[in-house]
Amino acid sequence: MKKKWLVTLLVLTMTSLLWGCGAKSSSSSKGETSVLNAGAGESATELSYWTFVELHGQHFEKMLEKWNKANPDRQIKLNVTVMPYDDMHNKLSIAVQTGVGAPDIADIELGKYPDFMKGTPQLEPLDDVVKPYKDTVVQSQLDLYSKDGTVYGLSTHVGASVAFYNTEILKEAGVDYKTIVTWDDFKKAGMQVYEKTGKYMGTADTSATWQESMMLAQQGADFTDEAGNPKVNSEQMVKGLSILKDLKDNNVIATIAGGQPDTEEAYGEFNSGNYATAFMPLWEMSRYTNYMADLSGKIAIAPIPVIEKGMPRSYGGGGTATVVTKTAKDVQLAKEFIAYAKLSLDANIEIWNTLGFDPINMDVWDMKDVTHNPENKFVKYFVNNPFDVLNDIKSEIKLIKSTPASPTINNVLCTVTLNEIFEDGKDIKKALDDAQAQIEQELK
Amino acid sequence: MIKRFLYSQKVAPYVFVLPFILVFLIFWVYPLGSSLSMSFQKVTLGQDAQWVGLDNYTKLMGDKTFFKAVANSAVYMLLTLVILIPFPMLFAVLINSKLMWAREFFKSSFFFPALTSVVVAGTIFRLMFGEMEGSMINSILGLFGIEPMKFLKGQVTGYIALVALATWRWTGVNMLYFLSGLKNIPDDYYEAASIDGASRFQKFTKITMPLLKPTSIYVLTISIYAGLAMFIESMMLWNGNNSPKNIGLTIVGYLYRQGIEKNNLGYAAAVGIVLLAITMIINLTQLAFSGMFKKED
Repeated sequence: MKKKWLVTLLVLTMTSLLWGCGAKSSSSSKGETSVLNAGAGESATELSYWTFVELHGQHFEKMLEKWNKANPDRQIKLNVTVMPYDDMHNKLSIAVQTGVGAPDIADIELGKYPDFMKGTPQLEPLDDVVKPYKDTVVQSQLDLYSKDGTVYGLSTHVGASVAFYNTEILKEAGVDYKTIVTWDDFKKAGMQVYEKTGKYMGTADTSATWQESMMLAQQGADFTDEAGNPKVNSEQMVKGLSILKDLKDNNVIATIAGGQPDTEEAYGEFNSGNYATAFMPLWEMSRYTNYMADLSGKIAIAPIPVIEKGMPRSYGGGGTATVVTKTAKDVQLAKEFIAYAKLSLDANIEIWNTLGFDPINMDVWDMKDVTHNPENKFVKYFVNNPFDVLNDIKSEIKLIKSTPASPTINNVLCTVTLNEIFEDGKDIKKALDDAQAQIEQELK
Repeated sequence: MIKRFLYSQKVAPYVFVLPFILVFLIFWVYPLGSSLSMSFQKVTLGQDAQWVGLDNYTKLMGDKTFFKAVANSAVYMLLTLVILIPFPMLFAVLINSKLMWAREFFKSSFFFPALTSVVVAGTIFRLMFGEMEGSMINSILGLFGIEPMKFLKGQVTGYIALVALATWRWTGVNMLYFLSGLKNIPDDYYEAASIDGASRFQKFTKITMPLLKPTSIYVLTISIYAGLAMFIESMMLWNGNNSPKNIGLTIVGYLYRQGIEKNNLGYAAAVGIVLLAITMIINLTQLAFSGMFKKED
């Protein structure tokens, strides 16, 4: 009898131990989850939302409060899960395609978006909820996340790319960033900075294509041709990369830990003042305020240098689309909420206030009381007002296409080609020809 | 009734092996069969699969990145074999020796890394081998006046980090295998050898090594498999599946990239089948050469 008890006890202990292990590992692999109540009552519908940017949750929290107040009979509780970039997209892709375990609402980054548009998209069409806002937002941002004329995702920002200059370093070297117009000017300034301070003027990015995109946009070119076929060994690409390589050879720019300005390692490098410039889409501002606090009051925003005067000085870089999955609990509610949270005038103002992004409702760009609000943390952080620059380049913001080939192009360039060119000094034309061949092979 | 059923000498063996058979069928035979059929299809989740014949395999044969992944996995496997068999064997002999003090301490400290999660270990090694001046390895090199190195951006230096991680993690596990093998060697042999005047080295090469052969072959077999199937270590060390110039891309990493990241499951299945074939060929050849298929005398 005693033995029997002992055995039962042992089994119970072991099961509870195993149970414990299981529960622990599942919670850690799911990322961080928090429930946003935002004044929702008992009868509120609970919707789940996956994102890879913690800050996006903060914006949704603000919009949720407003929504719940305005729609007392259709209140929402939002269950926000933040996961690392790759993890979230991989999990979402499997969940959406298999129809099991997907959240109601999710963020998809532009670089991954075409993968979700393959075949018949497993996402809800959003045309009906976009309609009321259609005339107030930039059409190209709606087109960016459309397939065959149907919108499946709602953009967060224009992502106009600009130059971020560390004025402290430039001052030390006796350089005025306002006089930099062309890449030649930038090179001269950079050589002076390196000579006087031993610091680099900018970065040579190896793990992102922001710099190549801006070079192509200036020349009216793209990574793909009209039909969306990859064309990475074009004349324009060679020219753009040659300019960057020349800058690197003259110690004006250098590769950075992490491979590009938007990485943890790079935040550290910028914070320590080792690099004076980053050419990034405007959303990099939120990285400055959040991760590079030491640089407050030192960073100025300016248009990106161009190859020749008169060329367009910006392009829309990166982006995140918010989507509603086919398996959402309450599709219509989720759709209406995200349209409200991302397209309404209120939402666009909040996108600037909370996230520091350039809103896709360009009316906001002219609202001085919003854009120049002295209490705004972005206005406080930067030397000059971002919108003064944005309004100056407003008509020059080009679009780099996102096509089904884009994820592959991006992968090959960022893992192999840019490293070969900037780290190993491989011939630019040869590296790009190899990249073209590899991309074509992978897309076969 | 149940008691009679369970106590039946005919039925009991089947009942006991049933869990294994079920696991084998459900988690091995079925997935293997379905990957084999998938490797002849174009599969995109959520859409209907199409039969494409040998297309995936012919594409694979022209895929440079795949060959890079195969080469990476092969080199990693060879390096782990060269390091993770002789050294653990040596440590096991040392720890097993009567002259050894604090034996249990060394045993557990060697084994401890195996208990650490690969995710944590990989992240720590990534920080250690970081390219900034302040990273641990670079600051040590700095003491000797050596310039900071970009460890994780070069093929050779990247592999130094990767193999260091593998060595740190697996030495203790392999050492335990060898220790258990050593326990099976009777002391009488060594005593007899001592009486005959054999040296320490002679005892090691003539008694320990030959009698450890079954253990060595077991460790070799699992190391070949583990080396070729390595994935998470690389993924953690390079903070994702996309290392610069694919220096850390392994076969399983490529399978993951194609199947999960690019949603191209048919092609990924073909990669998996080729991996299985490579592993089987190497291991069966190795086992045949070491005489494991011969009948015991």
